[in-house]
Amino acid sequence: MTDIRNLDLDRPDAPVRKPKDKTRSYRIAIYKGYERFWHWSQAFLILSLLFTGFGLHGLHNLLPFGMAVTLHTGAAIVLMTLWVFTIFWWFTTGEWKQFFPKNENLWNIIKYYAWGILQGASKPYHKRLHSKQNPLQAITYVALTFFIGSTLWASGIAYLFYNMWEHYGWANQVFTVIVFLHTAAAWGMAIFVVIHVYMATTGEPWYHYIQSMITGRDDVELTDAEVAFLEERQGEPLDTSPAKH
Amino acid sequence: MTRTLTFKVVVAAMAVLFNLVGTAFSQDASSANELRKSTADHSMFKVLQQEFSSGPQVTKACLTCHTEASKQVMNSIHWKWRFDHPVTGQKLGKSEVINSFCGNVASNEPRCTSCHAGYGWTDMKMGPPKSQTAVDCLICHDQTGKYTKISTAAGHVAVGEVPSKAKTITGAKAKPIDLSKSAMSVGMPKRENCGQCHFYGGGGDNVKHGDLSSALYDPSVHVDVHMSKDGANMQCSNCHVSKNHNWAGSRYHVDAKGDSGIRKPGARRDVATCESCHGNTPHKGPNPLLAIKINDHTDRVACQTCHIPGFAKGGIATKTKWDWSTAGKLKDGKPYAEEGYTQGNGKHMHTYMSKKGNFEWGEDVIPFYAWFNGQVEYTKQDDTIDPSKVVEVNKIPGSPTDPRARIWPFKRMEGRQAYDKKLNHLVMTNVFGPQSDTAFWTNFDWAKAINAGMKKAGRSYSGEFGFVDTYMYWPITHMVAPAKEALKCDSCHSDGGRLASVTGFYLPGRDKFKWLDILGILAVAVAFIGVTGHGLVRIITKGRRTAQ
Repeated sequence: MTDIRNLDLDRPDAPVRKPKDKTRSYRIAIYKGYERFWHWSQAFLILSLLFTGFGLHGLHNLLPFGMAVTLHTGAAIVLMTLWVFTIFWWFTTGEWKQFFPKNENLWNIIKYYAWGILQGASKPYHKRLHSKQNPLQAITYVALTFFIGSTLWASGIAYLFYNMWEHYGWANQVFTVIVFLHTAAAWGMAIFVVIHVYMATTGEPWYHYIQSMITGRDDVELTDAEVAFLEERQGEPLDTSPAKH
Repeated sequence: MTRTLTFKVVVAAMAVLFNLVGTAFSQDASSANELRKSTADHSMFKVLQQEFSSGPQVTKACLTCHTEASKQVMNSIHWKWRFDHPVTGQKLGKSEVINSFCGNVASNEPRCTSCHAGYGWTDMKMGPPKSQTAVDCLICHDQTGKYTKISTAAGHVAVGEVPSKAKTITGAKAKPIDLSKSAMSVGMPKRENCGQCHFYGGGGDNVKHGDLSSALYDPSVHVDVHMSKDGANMQCSNCHVSKNHNWAGSRYHVDAKGDSGIRKPGARRDVATCESCHGNTPHKGPNPLLAIKINDHTDRVACQTCHIPGFAKGGIATKTKWDWSTAGKLKDGKPYAEEGYTQGNGKHMHTYMSKKGNFEWGEDVIPFYAWFNGQVEYTKQDDTIDPSKVVEVNKIPGSPTDPRARIWPFKRMEGRQAYDKKLNHLVMTNVFGPQSDTAFWTNFDWAKAINAGMKKAGRSYSGEFGFVDTYMYWPITHMVAPAKEALKCDSCHSDGGRLASVTGFYLPGRDKFKWLDILGILAVAVAFIGVTGHGLVRIITKGRRTAQ
């Protein structure tokens, strides 16, 4: 059982992977406790925000307006707080690098999910020690954060603090624009949620990814040098991945 | 000997002290209520212990002590019926404006001025009476509850022989008044004083305002949380604070935003806004987030909008429509009336009168809502109107971009009233005059009635008249409901809610970007169908591969 929480990726003695090194699949703890807490609480909050937000927008009447305002505002405040902690976590652990877009293999990955997966092709990307996300995931999350996320945050905060700027002459028009952006971005987020939930079922078996986001353990391709490094650090042999053996 | 004396003195002093403290405490606890608030018991004044034969005689007696009172009253809108608007410059007040009820005062004086705070104003053009003894002190200060004015006597009261048919301004049978008793009873005005005129505006109980009726004499908390005995049990003058006999609160020059009333203790508070007591962030619940959000509304939404969900409560209806154009129909040459509406307290109300035309009534009326900056503008007699549209007898300016405006509730009175067809002016009509041959209520002849009204008011008239549809707006501010009855967010933040017609700004829950939502729904649907299809193909191809 290896816990990569204990790995210092920048240690001078950490093994450096060369392109031709052979790898094997090992099942190790890859998603840290905080990361899983972040993922699932964020999932819950985003779903709540979508549900209450579309209620406020008048698309359904399942909640009284006042309750929807309370829940939407409350969820937004909790989510903002969560993000403050998460950003702190990213930078103190170096995890932000996971989101750094990499264009290697991107087209192969798109082809795989569009077509290859239907034909039982093997995955073109395997998780590595320093790279939990495939390039498509990384670019999706970065795009989501920069376009949809930032729009939602900026417009949402402006919306929430309307009373601090409503006395300006332009407030009436700008408010309409802000509401428009907020709604448009919310639709974008809704589309992401649909696709994201589906993509979570593309593991083998179908619940594999969901399970690994709960248990934190997943299959990672390791070189012999990395295995030796990890085993030395933990003092016992690594589990090889059941999927491959 | 000396010692005994000292002892006695000490004991006596202690007894006195003890007694004093005891008295002070017992007064605090029990007899405080028995103490008069006033420092004067008017029944002890010699000048009031006499037989009075007229109202002005009483006033003369009042003025022997209250030497400046008449001068103050004569400087108030209650006396002048004239208001020079500080913002629009319009000359307003009862003596100037036309309304959609009985129309105008000029030429109908003794009936209309029956509610004047004085005695004997018989001609609008001459202005209110000049004599200081013409001020009616008792109508506001009587505490016997018996003092009232005759409905057609230009402000005079029933003394001595009273004609059997005579009625008071509240429509009750007139009885002779004991002026001496009334004079000795005086105190600060109670709702029974103000109500005699203000509850009966427009010629009957709650006819005019909709939020001021006899239901406020003893309302339940549902009808009025401030005035109910089970609520704050307040008097009119608790909010309408006076200064030199001038009262806070104007329907012409409304403090629509309420921010002039928030003052530190000791500073002026002669303002009748909700905010002058409650401040503008009064909401504490139902949870902190919502409390902040509701407090955020107070700059754009008047308190009254949410807290007076309906007016004309307590079983007294208000007149919502008055069509003068049908007036004058006779049966067998005689005027007649129909009573087609029964109000909450069981009273049957006229829906047609030969004298007045057709009426409609309403109870628990949902207000009309509009942006309002408080500066009411009137369509005066000499203003040109467009008869092809509904004429607004008064306009209530305001818009979402007007920083002084808030969304306010109104009674929107619908009228159909006479106008000059050639000059496109509203006209003044002579309706009252039991002995005249021009008054409409006596002769049922519009041509004569309009002619006489215009002549009396000194206005030009082409001689051709028609009838035009009108709206008149009455800001709603009384009959505040208990907090639990206040409107909920959904009342406005919803499709077809109460603010459906108040446009010009984005209202969440009501407004949408139609094509954005269509696009959004389509995109989510496409994504959903896409992933479902993809998933199905995955299942099928996997099944095939397993079979192979």
